Amino acid sequence: MKKNGPISRIYIFLIFLFLYAPIFVLIAFSFNDSRSNAVWGGFTLDWYLELFQNRSVLEALQTTLLVSVLATAIATVAGTASAIGFYNLRGRARTVCLSVNNIPLTNADIITGVSMMLLFVFTGQVLAQWGIDFSLGFPTLLIAHITFDIPYVILSVMPKLRQLDPHLAEAAQDLGATGLYAFFKVVLPELMPGIVSGMLIAFTMSIDDFLISYFTAGGQTSTLSMVVYSMVRRRVSPEINALSTLMFLAVLLLLILINLRQSGGLRRSRRAGRGPAAEGILSLANEDLDVPAQDR
Amino acid sequence: MKHKSLAIPYVGWMALFVVAPLILVVVYAFTTREGGFTLDNFSNMVQYAGVFGRSFLLAFLATLVCILLGYPLALLLAREQSRLRGMAMLLIMLPMWMNFLLRTYSWVFLLERNGFFNTLLETVGLPKLDIIGTPAAVVLGMVYNFLPFMVLPIFSVIEKIDPRVIEAAQDLGANSAQVFRRVIFPLSLPGVLSGVTMVFIPSVSTFVISRLLGGGMNLLLGDLIEMQFLGSAYNPHLGSAISLVMMVIVLVSMGLMNRFGEGEGEAVLL
Repeated sequence: MKKNGPISRIYIFLIFLFLYAPIFVLIAFSFNDSRSNAVWGGFTLDWYLELFQNRSVLEALQTTLLVSVLATAIATVAGTASAIGFYNLRGRARTVCLSVNNIPLTNADIITGVSMMLLFVFTGQVLAQWGIDFSLGFPTLLIAHITFDIPYVILSVMPKLRQLDPHLAEAAQDLGATGLYAFFKVVLPELMPGIVSGMLIAFTMSIDDFLISYFTAGGQTSTLSMVVYSMVRRRVSPEINALSTLMFLAVLLLLILINLRQSGGLRRSRRAGRGPAAEGILSLANEDLDVPAQDR
Repeated sequence: MKHKSLAIPYVGWMALFVVAPLILVVVYAFTTREGGFTLDNFSNMVQYAGVFGRSFLLAFLATLVCILLGYPLALLLAREQSRLRGMAMLLIMLPMWMNFLLRTYSWVFLLERNGFFNTLLETVGLPKLDIIGTPAAVVLGMVYNFLPFMVLPIFSVIEKIDPRVIEAAQDLGANSAQVFRRVIFPLSLPGVLSGVTMVFIPSVSTFVISRLLGGGMNLLLGDLIEMQFLGSAYNPHLGSAISLVMMVIVLVSMGLMNRFGEGEGEAVLL
């Protein structure tokens, strides 16, 4: 194909400007020694100090990390096992299972959140008749996160299962390995890239989620996104700018780390410069299209 | 094979936490607070016809703008050398991973009455603009938040087009406009369809963007649903009915769109 000319380059640049300018303005104003969001009043780190003294932000950060780590760990194990189970299903059963698995991915998040909230509220009402107290809180939040994380893991592991040579495990067993030993020594390493990218996607989805958490966490538990929402609703404040800056840096660092790991360890990957998570998201996009991703 | 049994726990989990909640939405939509059957929840929705119209219109506009901005970008990026391409993809994904509330907030910060833009305009001697609270601000917020979801699938489909197909078209005498219209564009349609679903569905159901950038004056379906479940107008029965209708309209329109897309993007839906 033809090379891009200067006009094309300018177009690319303008779109990136559109994507990044607002973020950079926020970052700049997080160091502004004035409450104003337009006038520069000198350099300060006060907003960061204020942020670190904000109890609700710190508590929410803790909740977010806890729910994301737990949900990701559970979803990674459960999703990998379920993917293997689904892969071995045939015909109708498989189609139905994969379709239901896709529901949380295709439904609007607000519907997923609202429907789960209904289930938890309904369960609470039923249990209350028997004198059992059940209300929305951390456990329901965790259940919701696991539920929307598992489909991502399954969708990332599936293509790896399709690429897997079925004779590999048989060969290992012929050579004397037990079924379980062959699975952990032969099959699992082959699936690993899919599992890792599924795990990364699940983790970022959990960390980033607002809508589903908002409806399933109840009044007492708050994730970071929920605290941000309540702050943002009230008014513009430089504290939020400081928080944005930190989150931007965290994401940037994560992406760089993933990328370094990738270019160091997996040099044979034909698309250099793209981390497994990036690869995962792209292959998810392909999975949606049913284009066999990276088929050999 | 015994590995089939590995699917059983998750099938149970899905039945409990994916299927049962959706059945509850349907049940709530057709019942009253006392538990009797009713269709009132649906007939009461007539008063919100304007909100339905506005939601679908704004989401449609946002999707259209995303295609117009995102398609050329994906096409141009797919032509870059692989090193630049990898970098560009990372740069597209980076804002996607930053919290979406903060991304939306950044535009509140920029566009406020006494915000960054207006101060800039003032110093140049131009009058202030009240953008926040207009439908345009809501569409801007949708485009800003969801543009990467349009670019990524289109890019990954164009990137996979076999260069020999394009060479073949050129050998047969097609000029570059013809190559695009007859070869690249049809082959990229599945990516466009995938992008459209990824932009349209979150746009039509958002309440954060409309609340922050719409100034409370541009209610969308998401706002309506949120108000019935957690807001002042607590009525989960009406909320379920609205959710159900929205879900059905979205499913039907996506289904129709995929039918017209030569059935190639069928897998996008389910």
